[in-house]
Amino acid sequence: MKLLNRSLFYLALAFFFIIGIWSVLFYFNLKDEIRDSIDDGLDNNRLLIIQKVKTDSSLLEQHEFGGNNFEIRPISKDNALQYIDNYKDTMMYRLNENDLEPVRILQTAFKHSDNYYQLRIISSLVEEDDLIEDSFWSVLWLFVILVSSIVLVNNLILRRLWNPFYELLNRLKVYRLDKDEKPIYIDTKVKEFRELQDASNILIRHAREAYNSQKQFTENASHELQTPLAVIGNKLELLLESDHLKDMDAKVIAEVIDIANRLTRINKALLLLAKIENKQFPEQELLSLNTLTKELSGHFEDYMEYKVIELSFEELAELKVTMNTSLAEVLLVNLLKNAIFHNIHGGRISLQLTKDTLRICNTGSEKALHPEKIFSRFQKFSDKSQSTGLGLAVSKAICDFYGIKLSYDYSGNAHCFKVNFRKII
Amino acid sequence: MKILIIEDEKDLRETLEASLLKEQYVVETAVDFDSADEKISVYDYDCILLDIMLPGGSGLEILAKLKELGKSENVIIISAKNSIDDKVSGLALGADDYLTKPFHIAELNARIKSVFRRKNLDGKNTIDIGNLSLNVIDRSLLIAGEAVHLNRKEYDILNYFLLNKNRLITKTALAERVWGDQIDQTDNFDFIYYQIKNLRKKLHESEADVDIESVYGVGYKLIEK
Repeated sequence: MKLLNRSLFYLALAFFFIIGIWSVLFYFNLKDEIRDSIDDGLDNNRLLIIQKVKTDSSLLEQHEFGGNNFEIRPISKDNALQYIDNYKDTMMYRLNENDLEPVRILQTAFKHSDNYYQLRIISSLVEEDDLIEDSFWSVLWLFVILVSSIVLVNNLILRRLWNPFYELLNRLKVYRLDKDEKPIYIDTKVKEFRELQDASNILIRHAREAYNSQKQFTENASHELQTPLAVIGNKLELLLESDHLKDMDAKVIAEVIDIANRLTRINKALLLLAKIENKQFPEQELLSLNTLTKELSGHFEDYMEYKVIELSFEELAELKVTMNTSLAEVLLVNLLKNAIFHNIHGGRISLQLTKDTLRICNTGSEKALHPEKIFSRFQKFSDKSQSTGLGLAVSKAICDFYGIKLSYDYSGNAHCFKVNFRKII
Repeated sequence: MKILIIEDEKDLRETLEASLLKEQYVVETAVDFDSADEKISVYDYDCILLDIMLPGGSGLEILAKLKELGKSENVIIISAKNSIDDKVSGLALGADDYLTKPFHIAELNARIKSVFRRKNLDGKNTIDIGNLSLNVIDRSLLIAGEAVHLNRKEYDILNYFLLNKNRLITKTALAERVWGDQIDQTDNFDFIYYQIKNLRKKLHESEADVDIESVYGVGYKLIEK
């Protein structure tokens, strides 16, 4: 929930209770006030009627309300003396509404020339259900108007106030350390936002320093290792040509050559990773992955034959992408290699190309691999000592470089890697 | 044949020198920009192995200097930098080939010989050893005058062996050369054996003067009988 909406939610909740309680109190107050004033009116009427009776005794004949708002009935003295003025609400039939309507009634007694009379005066009351309904609607309207005006104010003013914050947030979201971007600058005079901006820039600077030094280290280290590795390999190859070697020694040298070769491969892969991350592959061209895949899988024909691996190649469409040729080759080769070298003897590989995806599935170990860890550097899921543990990391780096998706799934006893090229078609 | 190695790394320089001496070349070395500059100004070489990053200057400047001096030495750049830019500018400045460190000795031998053949063989397009004659233009093999059919891989393998006569070719070097760099992760190179076996059979049946020997299980060597 957005901060803006959250504050709105709390405000609305508060308003709801405040207005609710207030309207209940207001309603009862109002009702009391109305009754008070009606009762005053009734009392006044009583005095007027009693006064009038003194001059006009015909009023004493008014036994029914009829059209008037009072009736007078003679009662016994005992009854009259027990009488206390009382006001009460009651219902009375109204001709015009053809219904019983609430009225306020005052019952009292008075004495006129030694006779006692009961006097009842009525006054019509506000219809309570109407009052409640009317007040409910006005309160509701009040609530709606309040909340919507807050929303309006929020949107117009608060949004504008928070604008620098959202701008900063958006800049941070898309900020890439690997692109040499300038520090974030947001035009704002608000102290809090300025502080946030400064803190973000400090964080970015530290992160970039760490990132660069790590990148630099990988690059320098693998670069510096090239020559010593060349020397080791070449010296050993020369040594193996010597005529005075014993078989046992030669075997050891041969093993060391293998290890040196593996080191060379790891080093090459690390260097390649560093170069991809440094964006040193700017050239791009339109390639047909169908052609490239066929050509590259040809390199492995002999090896697949040796391992009795059956390759099925399904082209549903021509897949054309715009990318660097070397990187496209490295990506395909790494996926192919992965499918071949982690395969079993007599296994299968199925390659499928659609108009925007490449899917390569292979038989292999009988359990699914971790779908995320599998792309990390030096993650080895087999005991094959020749594997560098970098092939998939390189593939992932290439896909990340182009913003395309590389995913892994395990289905039907096959390990499948899928690349979605949609973004660079 | 006279070769100049311009390489500042002592170990590598000495290793290359030792290997090239085995090929009966006359080898000279230069350890930095100034000594290299002096040597190319004074002497002529058939081939120069040139490191790009040298103390005192860039190997690319040496190339420019050679061009300026009007010398047509064959230059093979050996660089730790596998950078396309260097490769492009190096080749543009007249280098004949570009080899990225680390490389196999067999690969260097093959490259040097290819460069020689391209430049110096006076229209001769064959590699001749014993009664073998391998034509590198139409990729055909004659043994004692008889044509022997080779498939593409067999041709590549034999070509590589002939360029490295009497020298060890490791399985890795062979695989990278013939099957491409991509094959390098292979957990075993036994599949190479089948191609070698077929090639050997063909050589044997045609009574060739050469044979391919296995060397301690790590590689092979072509020898003249």
